[in-house]
Amino acid sequence: MTFFTYAALFLLAIRLRRAIKSSPITAKWNAPLYGIALSTIGVAFLLDDLLPNAAIEGIVIALVLLGVVEFLKREPDFKRFHVLINAHYPLIAAVILSNIVGLISIKFYKTHDDYFQAAQLAAFGWIFLRVATSKKQQSELKRISERKDELEILVAERTAEITKQRNELQETVKELQSTQAQLIQQEKLASLGELTAGIAHEIQNPLNFVNNFSEVSMELIEEMEEEMAKGDMEEATAIANDIKQNLEKIRHHGKRADGIVKGMLQHSRASSNVKEPTNLNTIADEYFRLAYHGLRAKDKSFNADLVTNFDPALPSINIVSQDVGRVLLNMFTNAFYAVHQKQKTVGGDFKPRVEVSTRTIKAAKGSEVEIVVKDNGSGIPDAIKDKIMQPFFTTKPAGEGTGLGLSLSYDIIVKAHKGHININSKEGEGSEFIITLPVA
Amino acid sequence: MKILVVDDEEDVQPLFLQRFRKEIKNHELEFDFAQSGEEALDYLKDKHSEVVLILSDINMPGMSGIELLTHIREDFPTPPPPVVMMITAYGDEENYKQAMDKGADDFLTKPLDFNLLKEKLKTL
Repeated sequence: MTFFTYAALFLLAIRLRRAIKSSPITAKWNAPLYGIALSTIGVAFLLDDLLPNAAIEGIVIALVLLGVVEFLKREPDFKRFHVLINAHYPLIAAVILSNIVGLISIKFYKTHDDYFQAAQLAAFGWIFLRVATSKKQQSELKRISERKDELEILVAERTAEITKQRNELQETVKELQSTQAQLIQQEKLASLGELTAGIAHEIQNPLNFVNNFSEVSMELIEEMEEEMAKGDMEEATAIANDIKQNLEKIRHHGKRADGIVKGMLQHSRASSNVKEPTNLNTIADEYFRLAYHGLRAKDKSFNADLVTNFDPALPSINIVSQDVGRVLLNMFTNAFYAVHQKQKTVGGDFKPRVEVSTRTIKAAKGSEVEIVVKDNGSGIPDAIKDKIMQPFFTTKPAGEGTGLGLSLSYDIIVKAHKGHININSKEGEGSEFIITLPVA
Repeated sequence: MKILVVDDEEDVQPLFLQRFRKEIKNHELEFDFAQSGEEALDYLKDKHSEVVLILSDINMPGMSGIELLTHIREDFPTPPPPVVMMITAYGDEENYKQAMDKGADDFLTKPLDFNLLKEKLKTL
């Protein structure tokens, strides 16, 4: 009956070798398994000759099989063949038991020979049964692992797709941020463009005075010399007085031009974000005139009543003056645009009027400064009232407005200065923009 | 000869007075000033017959020089109508055309060339 044990050992090696074919562990195990199979045949002949007792031969070969089984079980590479490997225990047990009994009492063995043989046969048959089960299991496992691989590929594909999309989105966000920065700069430049004509006009006037007063002073000096030559000291002194006054005026108008240039530079410069005590009346007045002359330079037919009601007792407040100046310029430009639009549609007797007033008001927490820019222009239709603060919203024809003016104004007043912007407007009657800023 | 100068810039007044110092001293010319179109019309109500020449800025807050010119031509047509010369910093075609259409006699640009103005006054 030792044949079954040899056959089992031989078949185990052959089956495992076949099962691992074209798997990563083939290279490592192909030769050893082949070796086991071949040596099984060799051992069969060898033991047959060496050992005279068939019972001892049966035990030895069973122990060899046990050794091989135990060795294979310890190898992690064969983890998935445990069902097949474990299937050999019943045979090992049956063979060893039968042969031990045969050694102890050959008589008992002989009388129960059929049972022992049947047991070994059954144990050998059991291996084949388990092999079939194992094969089924293997193919099942293989199917699952294939499915798993498929899913993993799918997951990897999806992950790559999502990562790509995320990277694209990050790129887009970066692009949008740089576009936003560019637009803000563009808005500043656009408002500077609106200012340029106003600035040219505002500088031209003081320059004319500087030129005229210096020219006339030269004439006066000649006259003074003539009077002195004549000995009319009284007249000479009077002329000297005039010259003195003229020099004072030259200085005054020179300073005026200087202030305008400084203001222009300040406007175009990137905001320093430094809040300094500022008199709002001064910047409101300056930008009011610049905005007006800016529009007038573009459209000579335009004319408006400029009304200023500045509170002379207005306290200085801490603000970033170029930023708030930009807001005021925007409000004035809008107001002049609105009255201009109305003048174009209504025409005739319509008197465009833009009014700016400042005052101090008592608020819950300390006092506030209020600036009101009021016009009698076309007003804001109800339908767009809640949109006008949105970035890029504009009613102006394409290319004329960036749609960022009020949105930036909101950021400057509300976010950066903790103030408020309120709007009262009636379509066809005019608008009122009320800016409040905290004093402290 | 009485001249009314209309300009919102106050310093225009001492400038004219000094530029025409000799003429004023010799009583050849006499200057009056208004700082707005409205003020000029008020002034003209009483003295339009005395004023021979009106020099007006176009670009002024409130009533513009062109509007003033229109009013002058409508309100004071009695001959001889005053000579009106418009002055502007924006020496462009459109302004010029508009001023001439509304009945201006001449058109001068800022900065004002006083020698040229003196020449023009001689021919009046």
